[in-house]
Amino acid sequence: MSSAASAPSAAMLPGRGGLGGALSDAFWRNPKLLLFVMLTPPLLWLGIIYLGSLFALLIQSFFSIDEFSGLVVREFTLKTYGELLRPSNLDIIVRTVTMAGLVTIASAIIAFPIAYFAARYAKGRWKAVFYLGVMLPLWSSYLVKVYAWKLILAKEGILSWIFDKLHLTFLIEGWLALPVVGGNSLSVSLTGTFLVFVYVWLPFMILPVQAALERVPGNLLEASADLGASPRQTFVNVLLPLALPGIIAGSIFTFSLTLGDYIIPQIIGTSHRFIGMAVYAHQGTAGNIPLAAAFTVVPVVIMGIYLWLAKRAGAFNAL
Amino acid sequence: MPYAVSFQQVSRHFGTVRAVDAVDLEIEAGEFFAMLGPSGSGKTTCLRLIAGFEQPTSGHIEIFGETAEGVPPYRRNVNTVFQDYALFPHLNVADNVAYGLMIRGAGKAERTREAEAALEMVKLPGYGARKPGQLSGGQRQRVALARALVNKPKVLLLDEPLGALDLKLREQMQEELKVLQKALGITFVFVTHDQGEALSMADRIAVFNEGRIMQTGTPEEIYRRPRTRFVADFVGSSNVLSPQLTERLAGVAEWSSLRPEDIRLGDESGQDATVTGTSFLGSATRVTLDVSGEKINVLLPSGAPVPSQGESVRFSWDKNALHLMGAGA
Amino acid sequence: MRSDKQNRTPMGLKIAAGIGLAFLHLPILLIFLYAFTTEDKSYQFPPPGLTLKWFAVTWNRPDVWEALSLSVRVASISTVVALVLGTLCAAAISQTKFFGREAISLLVILPIALPGIITGISLRSAFNLAEIPFSFWTIVLGHATFCVVVVYNNAVARFRRVSGSLIEASMDLGADGFQTFRHVILPNIGTALLAGGMLAFALSFDEVIVTTFTAGQQATLPIWMLEELVRPRQRPVTNVVAMVVVLVTFLPILAAYYLTRDGDQISGQGK
Repeated sequence: MSSAASAPSAAMLPGRGGLGGALSDAFWRNPKLLLFVMLTPPLLWLGIIYLGSLFALLIQSFFSIDEFSGLVVREFTLKTYGELLRPSNLDIIVRTVTMAGLVTIASAIIAFPIAYFAARYAKGRWKAVFYLGVMLPLWSSYLVKVYAWKLILAKEGILSWIFDKLHLTFLIEGWLALPVVGGNSLSVSLTGTFLVFVYVWLPFMILPVQAALERVPGNLLEASADLGASPRQTFVNVLLPLALPGIIAGSIFTFSLTLGDYIIPQIIGTSHRFIGMAVYAHQGTAGNIPLAAAFTVVPVVIMGIYLWLAKRAGAFNAL
Repeated sequence: MPYAVSFQQVSRHFGTVRAVDAVDLEIEAGEFFAMLGPSGSGKTTCLRLIAGFEQPTSGHIEIFGETAEGVPPYRRNVNTVFQDYALFPHLNVADNVAYGLMIRGAGKAERTREAEAALEMVKLPGYGARKPGQLSGGQRQRVALARALVNKPKVLLLDEPLGALDLKLREQMQEELKVLQKALGITFVFVTHDQGEALSMADRIAVFNEGRIMQTGTPEEIYRRPRTRFVADFVGSSNVLSPQLTERLAGVAEWSSLRPEDIRLGDESGQDATVTGTSFLGSATRVTLDVSGEKINVLLPSGAPVPSQGESVRFSWDKNALHLMGAGA
Repeated sequence: MRSDKQNRTPMGLKIAAGIGLAFLHLPILLIFLYAFTTEDKSYQFPPPGLTLKWFAVTWNRPDVWEALSLSVRVASISTVVALVLGTLCAAAISQTKFFGREAISLLVILPIALPGIITGISLRSAFNLAEIPFSFWTIVLGHATFCVVVVYNNAVARFRRVSGSLIEASMDLGADGFQTFRHVILPNIGTALLAGGMLAFALSFDEVIVTTFTAGQQATLPIWMLEELVRPRQRPVTNVVAMVVVLVTFLPILAAYYLTRDGDQISGQGK
C-alpha cells in the first residue's frame, strides 16, 4: 500500500466540527437525548391528538343530554350508559356482535384453504401470484368493493341473472321469504350485509392464517401421516391447533372491523341498525354526543376482552 | 514510547453484571496481542471499550497515551474487524473498503487506488465490483480486513474473526494475519476463545475469566507456567492436581499442573495408577488414569504401546514438568 | 426433500383455493365491465350494450376533478407526515431498548386496530370541543394518524435487518451519527420507506370512514362516491370513477410489493 496523504497519525482524531458534529457527539454521549428527540414528534401526535381525542370521547360518555333543550349536560352521570340497556339499543348491540361472530366464522372457513394452499403448495411464481391475489383486494378501495356488491346483489344484477339462467330463481326467492335473513331483494337483506362483510374483510383473515401455517414444518404433517393418522385426523389434531393463533389473529380484524362499520349495512342492508350506524346517527342528526360516545365504548370493551383472550392464546406471534 | 493500549482499573458493569471488573492491561505498540477466554469472560467487552462502543463504568483507558473515555468511536484512530464482518450490503466491495476514506473526504481517485491496493494486500485483487452477498465467508472476512486496514489505524481490533471459517481456511488465515501484522507493524488486538489460535498467533496473551484477567504473558509462559487452575485447565487442557495429590507426588501441598504430553508410562520407579479409559486421537492416544481418586490424562505419541482398560500401570514425569501454582490458585 | 406423494396438491384444496381467489377478484372485475355499459338507470346485467361515452362525460365533470384533487393533496401530505413520524418511531423502537417500548408500539397500531368510526368520532368531538373548524387540515390530521402505522410496520421490519453491527462498523470507520444515517441507514431502509409511503398513500386515498367525520363540507373522492352510493344520481359516472380508483390504488400497491420483495437478498448477512 502506498502511504495515503490523508492517513492520520494521531490516536484520536478531531471531530467533524460544525453543528452536525457537535450534535452527533452530544447524541453519542447521551443516547437518551437522541431517543427523546426521535420519540417526541410521534408521541406528541399520537399521544396528544389521538389519545387525547379518545379520552375526550370517553369523558363525554359520562355526560348526558337534557331531554327538553337537547343540550349536553356536563355533569358526571351513568344515565347514558343506562340508556344503552334499553331494549332497542340492546337489540343493536346483540345484532352487531352476532353479525361480527358469523362473519368471522365464515371468513375463517373460506380463508383456510386459500391460506393453506399458499403456505404449503404454492412455490416461486405461484407464491407471488397468491400473495398479490390477496394483497390487491385487501388494499383496493373499500367503497369500490361495496359498490361492486351493490351491482352484484341488485334485483336486475348478475346474481339474479345467473340463477335465472340456471332456472334456480326459486332458491333466491325462497331464501328471501325467510324471516330475519330475508327481504325485498338480496341488496336490502341481512344476507346481503353478511356477504359483503365477509367479502370485504376476508383478506384480513387469509394473511395471518397463512403466516401461521407457514411456520408449521412440513415434516410435522408427514410425521402425523407416518404415525397412521388419516388426513382428517391430521387436520383436526395437528394442523388446526397450529393454525389457531393465526385464525385468532385474523378474527381480531374481522371482528373489530365488523363491529365498527356503518357504511356496509347502510348501503347494503335493512333498516335494522348496527352499532356503527347508531353512533353515526346519534352524533349527527340527533346531536346526542354522550349516547354516541357510550355506544363507541361498547366495541372498545368487547375488543379489549377479545384481545386479552387472544393474547392468552398466543395470537400476537402470528401478526 | 507509550503503550498502544493501557487499562487502569477499568470496570464495565451492566446492571449487576460485572462484565469487566477492575482490569489492568498494557498492550505494547506493534504487538500481536490476544485476549483469550470462554464466552462471557469479558474479552469482547474489553475490545468494545477500546473501539469506543462501550464506555467504562470506572477506570481509565489510554490509546497511545491519549485519554479514550468520552471519545466516540468515529474519532478514534482504531478500526475493527467484526465477528459477523458487518459489510455494508448496499455497497460493492470497493466501496465497502473505501468507506472510511470516503467519510474522511478522500477524492475518488485516491479511494479507488487505495481500495484496490488494500484488496490486493488481502489477496482479493479485482473483486471490487462484487456485492458482499456474492462472496464466500472467507472472502468476506478478507474484505472486512481490507476495509479496516485501508485506514491505517493505530490499533486493529479483531473480534473472533476466524470463528465462522472452516478448519483449513482458518489455519491459512492465521498464517496470513501473522505475516500481515509483521509487515504493517500495526498493533493487533485479537479476541478468541480458541486457545490453539491464541498460542500460535499472539506475541502475548491475556487470559480472561469472569471479567478479570487471570494471567498475561507470552504463549510459552501461559502454556508452561499457568498461574491458576483456570489457566492451566483452559489453555491446553493441562491436568490440575489438588494440593493433597501434589503433596503425595512431589511433597509440596500446593495446586499444580502437569501437561498430559509430559507424562510417561511404564517407568518401574513411577507412581501407581489404574487405566480407566483410552481414546485414539490420530496423532496421539489419550489414556485416562485414576490416581487415588483423581483423574489424570496422558498423551501417548502414536506408536507407543497403549495399555488396556483396567490395567495397573506406573507413570512418571520430568522433574520440572510438574508446575506448582501455590496453595490458593 | 419431500416425497412426490406429499408434493402433489389435493384436488379439493386446489378447487377451494381457486374459488376463494375468484370470490376475491370477480367483483372487482365486474366494476370494469359496468364502466362501459350503455344502461344508465339501473344495474342491469348483462349490459344491453357497451360504450366509451361515460369516460368523456366523467372527464368533463368538475366535481369529480375537485374531489380527485383534494384526495391527492390530502394523501400526499398525510403520507409525508406519516413517513416522518413512522420512521422516527420505528428507529426508536428497533435501535434502542427502553421502558415503555411495548406501549408505544401498541399506541402506533391502535388507530387501525380500533374501528375507524371510533377514531373518526373522537377526532370530530375533539375538534368541536377545541372549536377547530373543519378544513383540509382536519382531514390530514385524521389520515396521518392511521397512516403512521403502515410506514412504521415497513420500517420496523427493515430496521430489524440492518444489524446493529453495521451501524457500529460505520462509526468505527469514522462516520458520526448523521453520516452513518446518510450513508448506511438510509440506503438500507430506503426501499422499505418508499413502500410504506406508497401504502400510506393508497390507504389515505381510499379512506372514507374517518373522513366523513373530519371533512366538513369538502368531498374527497371516496366521500363523493359514498354520496353516490347512498343516493345514486350519476350511475355511469360512478362506474367510471370506481374503475379509475381501482387502477389508481393498484399501482402503489404493486410498486410497494416489488420494492420490498427482494428485501431478504438486500441485507442477507448480519445477525
